[in-house]
Amino acid sequence: MALRFEVLGRFNRARAANLTLPHFLCQTPLFMPVGTQGTIKGLTTNQLEEIGCQIILGNTYHLALRPTSELIDELGGLHKFMNWPRALLTDSGGFQMVSLLHLADITEKGVTFQSPVDGKPMLLTPEESIQIQNRIGADIIMALDDVVKTTITGPRIEEAMYRTLRWIDRCIAAHKRPNEQNLFGIVQGGLDPVLSYAIGGLAGGEDKDSFWRVVAQCTAALPEDKPRYVMGVGYPLDIVVCSALGADMYDCVYPTRTARFGTALVTEGVLKLKHNVMADDTRPIDPTCACMVCKNYTRAYIHCLVTKDAMGSQLLSYHNLFYMMKLSRDLHSSIIEGRFPQFVCDFLRKMVVLYAFFSLCHIHHVISVVTGIFVYLRELSCWGQGMSGSMIVFVSIR
Amino acid sequence: MLARFIILEGLSPKTISKVGGLHQMVGLPEYGFAAVARDSVQCLPECNSTNKVGASFETPCGRLLIKPADYVEMISSMKPNIWATLADEVPAWVSDKRNKTSVDRTVRWLDECIALSSAGGAVFGSIVGGPSVEERERCTQEVARRNVSGYWIGGFGLGESMDERPALLNAVTAILQEEKPRLVCGLGLPEEVLQGVAAGIDLFDSEYIYHLTLEGFALTFPLGGVGVNVFSFDPNNLGSDRSKINLRATIYRKDTSPVVENCSCYTCQNHTKAYINHLLNVHEMLAQILLEIHNTHHYLKFFSSIREAIKAGEFEQFRKRFIESRRDHLAVAAVCV
Repeated sequence: MALRFEVLGRFNRARAANLTLPHFLCQTPLFMPVGTQGTIKGLTTNQLEEIGCQIILGNTYHLALRPTSELIDELGGLHKFMNWPRALLTDSGGFQMVSLLHLADITEKGVTFQSPVDGKPMLLTPEESIQIQNRIGADIIMALDDVVKTTITGPRIEEAMYRTLRWIDRCIAAHKRPNEQNLFGIVQGGLDPVLSYAIGGLAGGEDKDSFWRVVAQCTAALPEDKPRYVMGVGYPLDIVVCSALGADMYDCVYPTRTARFGTALVTEGVLKLKHNVMADDTRPIDPTCACMVCKNYTRAYIHCLVTKDAMGSQLLSYHNLFYMMKLSRDLHSSIIEGRFPQFVCDFLRKMVVLYAFFSLCHIHHVISVVTGIFVYLRELSCWGQGMSGSMIVFVSIR
Repeated sequence: MLARFIILEGLSPKTISKVGGLHQMVGLPEYGFAAVARDSVQCLPECNSTNKVGASFETPCGRLLIKPADYVEMISSMKPNIWATLADEVPAWVSDKRNKTSVDRTVRWLDECIALSSAGGAVFGSIVGGPSVEERERCTQEVARRNVSGYWIGGFGLGESMDERPALLNAVTAILQEEKPRLVCGLGLPEEVLQGVAAGIDLFDSEYIYHLTLEGFALTFPLGGVGVNVFSFDPNNLGSDRSKINLRATIYRKDTSPVVENCSCYTCQNHTKAYINHLLNVHEMLAQILLEIHNTHHYLKFFSSIREAIKAGEFEQFRKRFIESRRDHLAVAAVCV
C-alpha cells in the first residue's frame, strides 16, 4: 500500500485527517478538481498550486484516446507530462459507461465502447483499465466497476453489484505497481474489504434523501482507518453534509463547468455573472474572498468577458476552485479545532435561506435538504443555535 | 486597440469611470496603456464608409461610425496613459483625391479631439498620408505644428508592400522633432520592426503575436541576430523559416524539450513541446495561454536586444545579420534538396 491515513480530529462521524500519498501530503476532507485531459480548463499548474489544490483527477478514458497511455508512460508518467508536482487520481473509465451507455455493451469480460474518435470498437476490461492506469502513473487508481444508473431498478442492480466484486478481484490481480499507486475499490450497493473505498454510482440524478441515506449507510459500514471517497459530489452543501457523515474525498466537474456558464460560487450560494444587472456592478465577485480574481477584477468586467472571451471562464474557474479549496480547508480545520458544528451552522445559515427565496423550482430539493438536515442537526445538537428561525420558514412553505 | 473594449464588450464608459479607468477595470494597474482606435483583429478601418462626420470601422458588431466627440468621451472614461487622436486611415491603393481628403480630415479631427478633451494622458497626434510621400510630408508638417506629446503614425500594415515603406516612414520621421516619441501601428514581423526602428520609430503596436498564438505557433528565432549555424541544419525543419514552429505538427508528439532552449519564460521553464502539442490536439485553452506567454516573452526580448544593439552603436550590423540569417536557411535547403 502506498498511502498513510491518519485521523487527527473527529466530531461524531466527521473526521479530519492527513492522507500521505507518494507525491503529496493531503489534508482531508478535500475536494479534487477534474482535469479530464491532463489540464484544468485554462489554469496553469502554478495557479492550481496557488489555489491550494492537493489532488487532481485525470480521466483514463480521455487520456487513453489522446495522447494514449503508452505515450504518457514513455514520457515518464502523467505527473511529468503535465508538470504537476502534487497528487493525481485517475478513474477507471467506468463512468463513461453510464454517460455513453447507448454505445456500450457490458459483458462479464468488460465493456465495449465505440471510439468517438474513429468509430473503432474499444474493449475495456478490468485488466486493461488497470494497465492503462499503471502507465499513466497516478497516486490513486480506481477499480473498474459495473456502473448502473441509480434510477434503474430490478435484477440489473444485483447483477452489477456481484460483477463489480468479481472485477475488483481481477483489478487487484492485474495491478503491477502496488507500492507506488493505491487501488481504490468502488462500493456499488454492496460492501467488501478492499484496499480503500470509493462510494460510486451516486450523484447521477437520484433524489437527495436517498443519496444521503446511502452515503450514511456506507460510511457506517466501511472501516474507520481508510479514506472514503464519494465520487461525483460537488455541490458545496453536499460536501458539507457528506463530510459530517464521515466521507473524506470528493470530485466533481461542477465548479469548473458552472464557471464556463458564467456562474460563480459565493458564500450565499451562486452568482450568475451573465445577468444584465452585473454589467454595472463594480464590486468583486465575493467581497469576503481572498483570491486573485476577487482582489483584481470587478463583476462588470467579468460580465463582459464571460460570453465573449475564454478568459472570462478562466477567471471564474480560478475563483470557484479557490472557493472549493477553502471549503476543504475550513472543513479540515474546524473539525480539528473542535468547532465543526458551529462551522456547519454558519455555512447553512448563510446559504440555505437563499435556497428558499430564490429557488422556487427547487422547493422539493430544499425540503429534502431540510429533512436531511433535521435528522443531521439532531445529531449535531445545534438545533437551538439560531437555525430555528430559518427552519420555520421552510416548514411554512411545506 | 482598446476602443474595442467599449464597443464590443458592452462596457459603458460610465462603468469604466466608476471603477477608476482602464487600469483598474482590466486589473493591470502597474502597466502603461495606450489607446488607439484601430485594432487589426476586430476593429478595422473601413475607408469607404468614413465620412466628414466620423471614422468608420468594421467590427464583429457591424459597421460603426465613431465621431471625434464620442471618441474623446470614451478616452476620458478610460484614462489611458497615452491616446492617439481619431484618424481617417486609408490603405495604399486609394485614389490621390481620397488620400488627400484623409489628410485634411485627420488634421481637422486632431484639432477637434484636442479641443474637446480635458487634460490627462499624453495626446499623440495622428499622421496619415497613404502611399504618397508628399501627402505624408504635408500631414506631418501640420501635426508637428500642434501641441502634442508624441505621434501616432497610421496607414501601415494595411497591405502595402514592404519595399515602399522605408521611404514613407522616413518622410515622416525626418520632419518630426527628435524628442517626441513615435508610435506606429501594424508592423509586426521582426523584419518590419527592424525597418521601423531604422526609420526612427520608438513604439510598435501589432497583433502579430495574437495571430501566431491562435494558430498554434511559437516564436523560435535566435534573438541576438547572431545567425543560425549554417552547417547544423535539421532535415525536419526544411521548409520552415526557422523563426517559428507550429506545435500542432506531429513531430512534436513526444518531444520533451522546451519550446526554446534556455528561454526563461514560464512556459519553457515548466512545460514541453509534447504537452503543448497534446493540449492543441484536445482543444484545451491552456495551449493558447502557454503559447501567448512564450511568444510575448520572446518578442519582448527581441526588442530588448534591439535596444542593446542601438546603445552599443551596432544597430545596422545587428539588422544586417538578422536579415541575412533568415535567408541562410533557404540557401541550405536549396543545396540539400
